[in-house]
Formats: sequence, structure tokens, C-alpha cells
Amino acid sequence: MEVMEHAQLTHLANEIRKKLIRAIHHVQTGHPGSSLSTVEILTTLYFKYLRYDTNNPHSAERDYFILSKGHGAPALYATLAQAGFLPEEELFTLRQLHSRLQGHPNAAMLPGVDVSTGSLGQGLSIGIGLALGFQLDRKPNRVYCVLGDGELQEGQNWEAAMIAPALRLNHLTAIIDRNQLQNDGPTESIVPIDSLQAKWEAFGWNVHVIDGHDFDQLDDALQDALRQTERPTMIVANTIKGKGISFMENQVHWHHHPINDEQFAQAMAELGEVNR
Amino acid sequence: MMQMKPTRDAYGHALLEIAASESRVVVLDADLSRSTRTDWFANEYPERFINVGIAEANMIGMAAGLAMTGKIPFATTYSIFIGRAFDQIRQSVSYMGTNVKIVATHAGLAASYDGGSHQGLEDLALLRVLPGMTILSPADYHEAKQAILAAAAHQGPVYIRLQKEEMPVFTEESAAFQIGKARTLMDGTDVAILATGSLVYEAIQAAHRLREEGIFAEVLNISTIKPLDEAAVLNAAQKCGCLITAEEHNRIGGLYSAVSELLARHYPVPIEAVAMNDCYGETGSWRQLRDQYGLNAEGISTAVHTVIRHKNKQMEVTFR
Repeated sequence: MEVMEHAQLTHLANEIRKKLIRAIHHVQTGHPGSSLSTVEILTTLYFKYLRYDTNNPHSAERDYFILSKGHGAPALYATLAQAGFLPEEELFTLRQLHSRLQGHPNAAMLPGVDVSTGSLGQGLSIGIGLALGFQLDRKPNRVYCVLGDGELQEGQNWEAAMIAPALRLNHLTAIIDRNQLQNDGPTESIVPIDSLQAKWEAFGWNVHVIDGHDFDQLDDALQDALRQTERPTMIVANTIKGKGISFMENQVHWHHHPINDEQFAQAMAELGEVNR
Repeated sequence: MMQMKPTRDAYGHALLEIAASESRVVVLDADLSRSTRTDWFANEYPERFINVGIAEANMIGMAAGLAMTGKIPFATTYSIFIGRAFDQIRQSVSYMGTNVKIVATHAGLAASYDGGSHQGLEDLALLRVLPGMTILSPADYHEAKQAILAAAAHQGPVYIRLQKEEMPVFTEESAAFQIGKARTLMDGTDVAILATGSLVYEAIQAAHRLREEGIFAEVLNISTIKPLDEAAVLNAAQKCGCLITAEEHNRIGGLYSAVSELLARHYPVPIEAVAMNDCYGETGSWRQLRDQYGLNAEGISTAVHTVIRHKNKQMEVTFR
């Protein structure tokens, strides 16, 4: 990746982190850890790969994005704000009564959100339906779906995993936010899910395993997905839950927790923000 | 000579009929197409048919995604397996309001020899509680075909409940299905029988027999369970003063519950249920099972006598 592009994406990711932390702190509710681990993934998708028009969020030519791990909504909302789908100030209405920014993404309420999610394990199936619909009509729209790793414990994901290669959905790209932690603890202590590479390859997917915070690796994997003609792509993105905020990194505690004023000040300082 | 045809065949035929003129229709089946009759569509339009394998939850998600691209997907399985995909129907279809049509064959005791594990007696209860879900329960072949056509034209989630075996054909072939409208099939003043699906014809048989006893029963075909035709139900309640509901479903959560909820709110009158008495079925022929559990004309007649006794007792108390 070019130096300029890399620097730009790095900057954007930082801005998105600041936005989502501000929002969660302001409303005193949300999933900070789960949101922070997806930021580089969302940044790369929304600022390099996804085709969309903020003036026409429902454009028929757009690519579709599904946040199957719907509790990562603050990161999605922050990314959408950064991309121009909604004003930054609206982020402070996160999870508040009457807000378009519902606790989990709601497509009916917020243009820019393609699919409502929240109950884990359902996004990939919907992505398959979307990709299939486009394939039947020979349309070039692409479908991207971000899943959680704990989420893979839901059986429906594996129903989806089995059928996507059989349908030759080469325009479907899934990304697992492999941050090693779930609500009650580390995934491998609860229900081990590794080796994800071996599993998804066995199911017939084109698989990449990368550092999910490395823009070059994300870019290479997503480029390779574009070249596929026969198979859907699964990118296992190794990430750190809470990435970017030192006291949140790798902490189960920060799966779903409000941020107090002192923590907020420290977080923003780490993100390079002097004043609030 | 009464014509007998299965409502699942109506589904198979209706799909072929729509497919010709509506290119947006696609059909999904969870590996039951040789039973649900979606194989007829699959043979004619293989590029628009997907056997998703034995994976109902994924099927519903796929249907939602297809609907988002502008397709009109018909997702098909047996009524007993609807529960397997309940959360997916709730989240990916009802919550989002995606334009998915869910068709279930083998409703009620239909999967008779298969036994209790395969007899879908809960589907109406499950789906009634989903906002925005339209639930159709046609009474015969003609009505089933029209219901499928109406579902395809309707904007929003629809669930259609069909049977397995051949059933009497008695409705008007070309009568368009009106979603949300009950039809009065017989007039009466002593009791109103509100029947749905396989029990509508039984209700007509019961009404004829009751007439010979001097009891005049009004018979309504409740072909839309949700939204319930409230005006028709209340009208019948006011006219007759007592009601019977009849369905091939658990007494809890289906037509009896829907009607009772309405009456309790607006016009409480005696009401009896002809339904499975919160129990499971068992292995046997469909006819044997319906007779065993009283889901037939005789069961309806017995219930009529019971509810009229209640009505008369109430009137005695009132006038004491």
C-alpha cells in the first residue's frame, strides 16, 4: 500500500476511535472493546473498498455491508459518521430514546445501515442471500460481512459456511474479528473455535489469516477477494479487543461497560486528543 | 362427486403460475421439495430454485437477503420445522420487515404416520406474536392457490399454512383471496363456528347436521389468522351470542386464542375450542388422528352443544 494511503487510513482509524469512545462515554452504555477491535477493518472497507453514495444511501449499485456482530454498532456508527452518512453530533444520541442509532444496527432507522443485526449468527446467511440475488441478476454488487469470533459458536454460521462455496458466491467476503474474547471470557477457554483457517478451508472458502490491525495485510486480502471467480473469501483477522486504548486491550471487562470520566480522559489522551 | 385435492399441490401449481409472469419469484426449500411440491417449480426454473439442504435457519436468512435485492422469495418447509428458524423469522424477517414468504406444508396432524415429532401444532402461536407477520390459512385447493398469489403480491412478510393430503374442494375457483377478510359460508343465529384450514369443511358438515337438530349455526372461514377480521368475528358474536373455534393446532396460541383475546376486550361471550388439548399427537392415519382428537364434524357438534348450554346458563343467570 502506498505511504500516503496508509497514513490516511491510519488517521481515519484514529478519528473513528475517538468518535466511538466519545459516544460511549457520553451515553454511559455500549460495547467499547468489541467496537475498538474492528476499526481498521471498517476503515479499510469504508474508505477503500465499499462502493456507496452518502447522498443516496439506498443506491441500487452500492455494495452491501453487514455487521453480523451487531453489538459492535458504535464502531459502525462512528465509521458512517466519518464517511458522511450522518453528522458527528448525532453520535451522542447513541442508544438514546428515539435515536436512529439504536443499540444494535437498525436498517429501517438509519440509512447507511443495510441490515439489522444483534442476534448473533444471522448475518452471514443474509449476506449469502444478498450475494445470490445479485448473482442471479448478474449484478456486480459485492457483499461484505464482519463476524465476531465468539459469534461463530452459533450453529447457523456453519449452515451458511457450507452453502456459500456450493453456490460459488465469489462476490461475498466475510471477515472474522478474531479478538480472542467473548462476554464471559476467552473463547478458547469456553468453546475453542480454532483452527479457523483449517475449518473454513475445509468448507471450501478462499481463506486468509492476517493481522486485523495491519492495513497492508487487510488490503492484500481484500484485493485477493476481488480476484476470486469461484469461491467466497473468509479473512480471519487477528485483532485485539479494545485495541487502541491501553487499559482496554485484551480485557474481558470491556466487552460491554460504560467509561467513566477519568478513563475517558486517559483514552482520549492516548488517541492524541488534548481537550475533549 | 366431491372433488378432492391437496393444498400442497395448489402451492406447486401456484408457483408455476406466478413464475411465468413474475421473474422476481425465487423458491427455497430445506430438502423437502419432493413433498412440498416445490420440485415442480425446480424442474421448470432450476436457476431460480435453491435446495438449501437441511438448514432451515440459514434458509430464512438467505430468503431475507434475497428479498433485499428485490426478489420475492418463497421459503418452504414443513410446519413442524418452522420453530427451528423462529429467531431468524423474528430477526431477519419480522423485525426488518423483509418481503419474505414462508410456506409450510404438512400442518397439524398431517405428517400422521411420522408421529408426534413431525406434527406441527405450534406454528400459529409462534408466528402470531410477530409484529407485521401476515398469517394465511386457506381451507381448500382453490383458496390455497389464491392465497399464494395474494402473498406474492403483498408487500411484507407472509406465512402460509398448508396441509398434506387431499381435501374437499368447495370454495370458488376464481375468487381472489382477500387478506384479512373472513368469509361467511353459512348463516345462523344460535352459534357461530369460526373454523380455519382443514376444519372449515368439517364445520360445514357439522352445521348441516346441527340444522337437523334445530340448531342453526353460522359458519365462518377464517382464512387469515393475522390480521384477524375483527369486524366479522364481533359481528358473529353479537349475532349468535356464543362461538366455537376450530383449528388443527394447539388450543393455546392459535385461532382460539386470537378470537378469545378479541372477545375478552370487546364482547365476552361463551366460547369453546375445537383444537388439540395442549397435547402432542401420535402415529396413525390423518383421519384416525383427527377422529381420535376430536378435530372433526363430530367434535365441532359436541362443542356446539357445550357452548350453547353455557350461553343458556348465562342467560338464566341474567334474567333471574
